[in-house]
Amino acid sequence: MMNVLEVKDLGINFGGLRAVDHFNLTIEQGELYGLIGPNGAGKTTVFNMLTGVYAPSDGQIMLQGKTLNNLSCHKIAQLGIARTFQNIRLFKDLSVIDNVKIGLHERYNYSLVSSLLKTKKYFLMEQQMEKEALDLLEVFRLHTYAHIKACNLPYGKQRELEIARALATHPKLLLLDEPAAGMNPQETEELMEVIKNVRKKFNISILLIEHDMKLVMGICEKITVLNYGSVLLCGTPDEVVNDPRVIKAYLGD
Amino acid sequence: MKVMEKYKEMAFWPKMFINFILILAIFLLITVLSNVGIISNYYQGIMLSICINVILVVSLNITTGFLGQLTLGHAGFMAVGAYSGAFLSKNLMGTLPDPLIFLLAIIVGGVVAMAFGVIVGVPTLRLKGDYLAIITLAFGEVIKNILLNLNIVGGASGYIGIPRYTNFLWAYWLAVITVVLSIALINSRHGRAIVSIREDEIASEASGIDTKKFKILAFVFAAFFAGVAGCLYAHYMGILEPKTFKFDKSIEILVMVVLGGMGNIKGSIISAIVLTVLPQLLVSVSGYRMLLYALALIIMMLFKYDPTLVKLINNIKNRFKKVRG
Repeated sequence: MMNVLEVKDLGINFGGLRAVDHFNLTIEQGELYGLIGPNGAGKTTVFNMLTGVYAPSDGQIMLQGKTLNNLSCHKIAQLGIARTFQNIRLFKDLSVIDNVKIGLHERYNYSLVSSLLKTKKYFLMEQQMEKEALDLLEVFRLHTYAHIKACNLPYGKQRELEIARALATHPKLLLLDEPAAGMNPQETEELMEVIKNVRKKFNISILLIEHDMKLVMGICEKITVLNYGSVLLCGTPDEVVNDPRVIKAYLGD
Repeated sequence: MKVMEKYKEMAFWPKMFINFILILAIFLLITVLSNVGIISNYYQGIMLSICINVILVVSLNITTGFLGQLTLGHAGFMAVGAYSGAFLSKNLMGTLPDPLIFLLAIIVGGVVAMAFGVIVGVPTLRLKGDYLAIITLAFGEVIKNILLNLNIVGGASGYIGIPRYTNFLWAYWLAVITVVLSIALINSRHGRAIVSIREDEIASEASGIDTKKFKILAFVFAAFFAGVAGCLYAHYMGILEPKTFKFDKSIEILVMVVLGGMGNIKGSIISAIVLTVLPQLLVSVSGYRMLLYALALIIMMLFKYDPTLVKLINNIKNRFKKVRG
């Protein structure tokens, strides 16, 4: 099995603060991986380093053997890491389908001249783009909403649209930052199904941050627990849930 | 499906053809009326100004409305285009046929403005909001002051003797080209990338869009057309003064953009027309002119999204639709 993502001794300093220290992570092809930890443990910071928002102070990030350190965000996205955000970041005033099309931007590469002069290539590409976007929306049963503004979607659907947009970049690894945040139990249930389906259908690996233990324990195959910026433990859900150190980290002594 | 149609080549061109016929009809109507003498020279001048303003407003809307970056130096790009185009045509006058010189001047004016767009844009587009606004404002003022001290183009006393090539034909069709190209840009993957930066820059980067590249693209696109408009202006007036391109001019264009609606090209055209005509109509009340102009602006801004007005407009739209089909 080939490793999709390999992170070695990752660390970052914010001024004098060591936010993440000696962080290691290996994700195999097709794996559903969970990253948990108490508030402020550095989970989102890890995501931001993986996607190039922050430049790590030390350590190495490798995606299928390619080093990602010091690459810009969009380059990393093009190479195959897509993400969603803890607080939803959709293109609110654009239609649902346009949100997905922006994710498809790099896939359908026609030139500026084609855009301005409306060449055959423009029409061909736009038509294919439209079709792929609709197909992708259909996976999330969002295709009936294709032409309404993204901000008018119900909350749960907005989360799913964000995942759809991330998938549009054809990622190898999908990072989900608290996908179930703010969802009710029923929506969470649905989301679990969606995440499982996405992995199967698109044949990708998924790394997710989540506080909803039911979701994490229910779908993740492996979990890393982060506390005060360093790895506390790494193992299967059963190992993690029964480890006294994890309980201590969350609840205190 | 309706939107699937939008990207079908077969459905697109016939529609464009009808639009073209309409645009051509308006042009012919105005030309004929001018030649017969129904439209006086005074109104012809206003129509020329409208065309120039349409170019300026639509192009500024690309950066301010679609890219979402507040820039206050549009008059600077206009000045660069005006002076470089005028310099070229004044020096080439007589050597080539006039239309050719003018075409060359317009292209050079646009390209030079574009080059300045790159020079200003590359270092400053890392900034956002107020900071970018101040830097671009400074750029406009710097350009004005350089021109004031540049004796080769007349300096403070003005650049005189520019051949007056601009006529309604040129202004109208260049405005049409600007609008068509702007709409084409917005409806493409490039346009979507530009709008995504306005909506959420971080999400845009995370979707694999090179935000720096598209910011520069939008900035340079706008600068080019500002240069073209400047060039039209130069060859319309026959004389250029640096003080024309003061900060006020940038604000004037920005006001038109804001009134027409950020990211709304149709609105830009309408507001360019209204706000060019309005000051002329108010000439009769000379003393109170600026007062009334400001008042009109405030009223328009207040009531633009007024529910009853929006309802009224929708009613009219619906009735219009019923009549048509």
